[in-house]
Amino acid sequence: MNNDKKIFGIAATFKTPDEIINAAKKVSSSGFTEFDVNTPYPVHGMDKAMKIKPSKLGFVTLVMGLSGASIALLFMYWTMSVDYPMVIGGKPFFALPAFIPVTFELTVLLATVSTVIAMIALFFRLPDNKHPLHDTDYMKSVSADKYGIVIESTDSKFDEKSVTDFLKNLNPLKIEIIYYPPEDSYPIFQPKFIIFLIVVAVLVSGGTYITLNKLLYTVPYNFMMDQDKLNPQKPSELFADGRGMRTPVEGTVARGFMPYPYTGQTNPPEVLANPYLPTKENLELGKSKFLTYCSPCHGNFADGDSRLRGQFPNPPTLHSTRARDFSDGMIYHIITNGQNVMPSYASQITREERWAVVNYIRVLQRAKNASDSDLIEMKKETGSNVTN
Amino acid sequence: MSQTDFHYQKKDLPAGLSKIGLVLFVVGTVLSLLAFFIDQERAVFNYLVTYMMIVSIGLGSLFLIALEYIAGADWSTPIRRIPEFFAGLLPVLLILVLPLLIFNHDLFHWAHKEAIAEDKILQGKAPYLNITFFIIRTFVFIGLWSLFYWVMTRNSRKQDASKDQTLTKNNIRLAAIFIPVFALSLTFTAIDFMMSLEPHWFSTIFGVYFFAGIVVAALSAITLTVVKLKEKGYFGSWMNDDHLFSLGALLFAFINFWAYIAFSQFLLIWYANLPEETFWFLTRWNGGWAYFSIGLIVLHFLVPYFALLTQPSKMNPKRLKFIAVWLLFAHLFDLFWLIMPNMESMKNGYVFSWIDLVFPIAGVGLIIIVFTFRAKKENLIPIGDPKLKRGMDFHL
Repeated sequence: MNNDKKIFGIAATFKTPDEIINAAKKVSSSGFTEFDVNTPYPVHGMDKAMKIKPSKLGFVTLVMGLSGASIALLFMYWTMSVDYPMVIGGKPFFALPAFIPVTFELTVLLATVSTVIAMIALFFRLPDNKHPLHDTDYMKSVSADKYGIVIESTDSKFDEKSVTDFLKNLNPLKIEIIYYPPEDSYPIFQPKFIIFLIVVAVLVSGGTYITLNKLLYTVPYNFMMDQDKLNPQKPSELFADGRGMRTPVEGTVARGFMPYPYTGQTNPPEVLANPYLPTKENLELGKSKFLTYCSPCHGNFADGDSRLRGQFPNPPTLHSTRARDFSDGMIYHIITNGQNVMPSYASQITREERWAVVNYIRVLQRAKNASDSDLIEMKKETGSNVTN
Repeated sequence: MSQTDFHYQKKDLPAGLSKIGLVLFVVGTVLSLLAFFIDQERAVFNYLVTYMMIVSIGLGSLFLIALEYIAGADWSTPIRRIPEFFAGLLPVLLILVLPLLIFNHDLFHWAHKEAIAEDKILQGKAPYLNITFFIIRTFVFIGLWSLFYWVMTRNSRKQDASKDQTLTKNNIRLAAIFIPVFALSLTFTAIDFMMSLEPHWFSTIFGVYFFAGIVVAALSAITLTVVKLKEKGYFGSWMNDDHLFSLGALLFAFINFWAYIAFSQFLLIWYANLPEETFWFLTRWNGGWAYFSIGLIVLHFLVPYFALLTQPSKMNPKRLKFIAVWLLFAHLFDLFWLIMPNMESMKNGYVFSWIDLVFPIAGVGLIIIVFTFRAKKENLIPIGDPKLKRGMDFHL
C-alpha cells in the first residue's frame, strides 16, 4: 500500500439495513458531517438517521412543471387560435379540454426530465465524471447486497486512525481506505469506451438506415403502401365516372364566397356599384393587387406599356376616354369575367380586392388626366409647384 | 418501540360522541320525514345522495382494508381498526336501501311500464333494468359486502386475543377474492343507482369514476378520525409524521386519480360530440347547474390539490383535518351533482330547497353512531396483528 496517495475517505460495509441505519445515526451524532451512505436500494428512515435537510430539488420540479404547463398552453393558443386558426371537429379555436392532455404531458415531461438532470448536475457535480468511489470493491459490494458508509477526509474531525477505530467499534464486515485516483485517469476516455461508442453508433445508424430504406420496402413489411385509397392521378374504381370526389349539389355555395351572377354577359347591369369607399387602406390594398396582377400587362400606371416584351398582345391604355367613361361596375365586370384576350381574375383576386383595384384605377385615371381645379387643390395641399 | 414493551390500554371514546351522533340522527331523520311529506320526489332523490355517501365511506373503507392485506402494507396496520369501524356501515345498508326500493317509481324512469312501452331503447335495456333483477342485484351486492366485512373483521378481532398469524393469511386470501367482487359489485352499483337515473345515457368509465370518489371519501373519513384520535391521545407516541404523510400522500394520489378519471369521461364525450352522450353534461350546464359543475372542479380537485401539494402539508395534522372535512363535503357535492340533475323538475336548473340540507345531517349522525358502537366493543389498535410492530416503527 503506497501511503503517498491522498486519502478520499474510509469506508465500512455492513450486512443489514438495520446495521447501516444504526451506523448512520452513530456517525451523524458523533459530529461528522462529510459522510455518505451507499445502499443497493433506498433504506427507510435514512434521511433522519443521517440528519439530512429536506432537498430543495422539489423547487426545480415545481418551476419546470409550471413552465411546462404554460409553454404547452401558450404554444397551442398561439398556433391554434392566433397564428393559423383551424376549425377541428367543430370545436372552438381555443378548445381547452382538447389542450389539457398535451398540457399535462408537457408538464410531467419537463418536471421529471429537469428534475433528473438537476439532480445529476447538482449532486454528481457535472461535468465532473469521476468519483473516487467508482471502480472500487466497496462500490461493487454496496451496489449488490451490502450496505456501506464512507467518512470523507474533507470532514473537519477526520483523522485516519481515530476514524478507523470509530468505525471498527460499529462492528462492520470490512473497513477499506479509499484513495483519490491519479489525476490523469479519465475513465470516459479509455479506448475501450470510445470503441464501444463507435460500435454502438455504427450499429444504430446502420440498423436505422437498413430498416427505413430497405426493410420497409420488402414483403411483408410494405403492406402500408397497399391502401384502399385513391392515389393522385389514378381513376377511382368505386365511382362510375372515375372521380374520387363527388361534385357538390347543384347550386351549392361555399362558405364566405359570393357567387358572381353576370358571368358571360358583355355588360353588367347598372345596379352593380362599388360598395367600398376609396379610403386610404382600400387604395393601399388596390395598389398592391394592381401592381401584382394588373401591372405586368397594363403597366405600372395603366398606360398599356406591358413588361411582357411582345410575348402577349399589349392591352390598350386605361386612360382613353372610353375606359374613363366605364362605370365602376364595368371595370369590376371585366376583371371578374375577362375581356377579349384578358382572362378572368376572379380566382386570383377576391371580391373585396377587385373593388379596391377599381378604386385604384380611378385614382390613376384622375392623376393622368388631372383638371386645373385638381392641380390647384393639390398645390394647396402640398405647397409644391406641380408643372408637368 | 418493540412489541414486548407495548402495553395497550383500551381507552373509551368520550360518551358524549355517541350522544351527538344520536341527536344528529334523530333531528336529521325527523326533518327528512317532514321533507318526505312535503316533496316526495325530491326527498327520495336526496335520500339517494346520502345513501350513496354512506355506501362510499363503508365500501371504500372495506376496500382499503383489503388493499392493506393484499399489498402487505404495514404502515396502516396500527390504524386499521378505523376503516374496520367505518366498514360497519355495510350491514346497515340492508335496512337503509329499503326506502329506495320501495319508492323506486320516484327515482327511476325505467321503472315506469308506460315509459318502456313507447321507448325502443328502454325496451332493449329492460332485461337488465327491471325491478325484480334490480332488487336481486342490490341484495346480492350488499350481502356480499356484509359477508366479507363480517368475516374479515371477525378474523381481525379474534387475532387480538389469540395472536394467531394464520388469521392474517386467511384475510389475505379473502382480500384477494374480495377485490374482483368489489370491482364488479361497485361498477354495477354505480350503474344501477346513479347512471340508470338517466337510462338513455351511458359511460363505460362511470364505475371507475365512482371508485375514485369512494376511495377519496373513505380516506378522508379515516384521515379525519385518525388525526382527531391522535390529538386526543388515543394513539401512543409511536404515531409519527410518516404515518400521517402516508395518509396525506394517498389522499393526494386519489384526488388526482379522481380528476384524471372525471376529465377522461368529459373529454371523450365532449370530443365525440354525440347527442346521445352529450345531453348528460348539457343537463349539468343548465341554469344554476353550471355553477355546480365548475364548483365541482374547484372543490374536488383544485383546492385540495394545491393544499396537499407540498411535502410538509401532507403531514400537517391541521391541514389534513381541514382537507379531510373539505373532501368529505366535496364527495357529497359530487354525488349531489351526479344524482340531483336527473330529477325531472330540476333539469332546467337548480332550485334551492331546505330539503337538500337535512338528509346529510341524519347521515353524519348514523356514521357517528355506527362508529362509536363498534369502537365501544373493540380495541382501537389491532394488538394481535403480526405486522403491528413494523407498522409502529414505520419510517419513510
